[in-house]
Amino acid sequence: MNALAFDLQLLNTFAALLLLTSFSMLSQRRVVTMVNLLALQGLLLGAATLLLAWRTGQGHLYVSGTLTLLLKAMFLPWLLHRLIRRLGVYWDSEPLLNIAGTMLVGLLIVIFAFGLAQPIAALATTTTRSSIGIAIAVVLLAFLTMITRRKAMSQVVGFLSMENGLFFGAMSATYGMPMIVELGVALDILVAMLVLGVFFFQIREQFDSLDLHHLENLREDK
Amino acid sequence: MSALHWLTQFLQVIGALLTAPLFVGWINQCRAWLQNKSAPSVLQPYRTIRKLFHKDAVMAFDASPLFRLAPYVIFGTMVCAAAIIPSFGTRLPFSNAADAIALVGLFATARVFMSLAAMDVGTAFGTLGARREMLVGFLAEPALLMVIFLASLISASTALPVISEGLATRALALYPSLAFTGVAFLLVLLAENARIPVDNPATHLELTMIHEAMLLEYSARHLALMEWSAALKLLNYACIGFALFLPWGVATGGAPGPAELFVVLPLLTLKLAVAGFLLAMIETVSAKLRIFRAPEFLATAFLFAVLGLLVHLLLGS
Repeated sequence: MNALAFDLQLLNTFAALLLLTSFSMLSQRRVVTMVNLLALQGLLLGAATLLLAWRTGQGHLYVSGTLTLLLKAMFLPWLLHRLIRRLGVYWDSEPLLNIAGTMLVGLLIVIFAFGLAQPIAALATTTTRSSIGIAIAVVLLAFLTMITRRKAMSQVVGFLSMENGLFFGAMSATYGMPMIVELGVALDILVAMLVLGVFFFQIREQFDSLDLHHLENLREDK
Repeated sequence: MSALHWLTQFLQVIGALLTAPLFVGWINQCRAWLQNKSAPSVLQPYRTIRKLFHKDAVMAFDASPLFRLAPYVIFGTMVCAAAIIPSFGTRLPFSNAADAIALVGLFATARVFMSLAAMDVGTAFGTLGARREMLVGFLAEPALLMVIFLASLISASTALPVISEGLATRALALYPSLAFTGVAFLLVLLAENARIPVDNPATHLELTMIHEAMLLEYSARHLALMEWSAALKLLNYACIGFALFLPWGVATGGAPGPAELFVVLPLLTLKLAVAGFLLAMIETVSAKLRIFRAPEFLATAFLFAVLGLLVHLLLGS
């Protein structure tokens, strides 16, 4: 294990820190902290992408790394913070499951993801294949974050974190998707965020809260 | 074992004893700076301890011998722990006893005596504090053990000096799993030493106290010993943290000569100063948790430690 080159060790460390941020996101009640963690995750993802670009010499990874840094580490968190300020939603209500329980489920999910990744990693030929498990775990943990929160804001944070996980998975399995796909996804995320931003105001105007269970009824009378 | 070994060992114990109040004083001063308050002198804890030693002890009418004995036992265990933690060198005479699990056991002994003594007099607050302390303790202990197990997995030993030496002397390698256990250890340190997210060391509200509630019945020299051992405990935890996560700069190999000590001591002082400042910063930016949130806080620590083990198994580093 000492044979690993230093930059690969650094990449593994970034991968582990990514998992750390998504696990901390799961344990958070405050939306503001969740957004900060999301920004940190974007920063780590961007740094990992740039490092991988430098290591493999793939030009398009430089572009997507820079794009990740700009979009996910700066612009989207800024947008979310602005939305939080405008909407005045600093707290999520109690999560559906208590935090300790959620984290226990999260741990099981991590074990499941690591097990799931073994056959995939055995087939992959990239040097970063050992972090595929981490990418799957990040995606599933983001899923769990979305499932256990009620408020629209935290669900959006979970959604963005899931996209981070997918991006990282593509990176560690095949050194990133083709440029055109990555650009498309980035644009999708951006547009989705803008639309959701408008949507938040609509939801609040309609129901006086961002609690999504209001949307589960078809009629207005209960 | 040469005389130099023993001298260094002796120096380590005495040094820990004498600097523990200074470390607490430094944290208090940093915290006061960060909160825009005028800071008490760094030497204030020494003055408090000196003042308490000069007072006459008052005992509760119903106090049993256990109540008198407890401060000495707790102080003794903390000095013991300070002796075996490799903060100066990894091959000192007592190093063979520095098994990490034994160390956790030493802290547990202190905790048991503390709680028993708090319940001994039978006041409501003492019992309340003791129960809370046990609640925090029984959740913090497995997390601490998990943190140590990961370090043991990496260096194939549960002896703290071997772990520390193994991490310090091998070629620079990044261990992503240590990031997880580092966070877990920090959470355990905060909980075990009654620092802010779990307990407030400066509180005067009996209803929110954990550690302080157990000391309410103590006075004079007993209280001085209790305060001193609390400071020692914090220092010990910081030194365990250095041994596990920042092992560089500890004398490894043979006897640390005077020349080596000149490297070790300033580095250790620097580490302690930075750690104290960071601790003060954490205490400034976070608010005290409700007592019922404490189990959640410690469950997080435990799960982070387990996650560290998993990542270690996945990445093999």
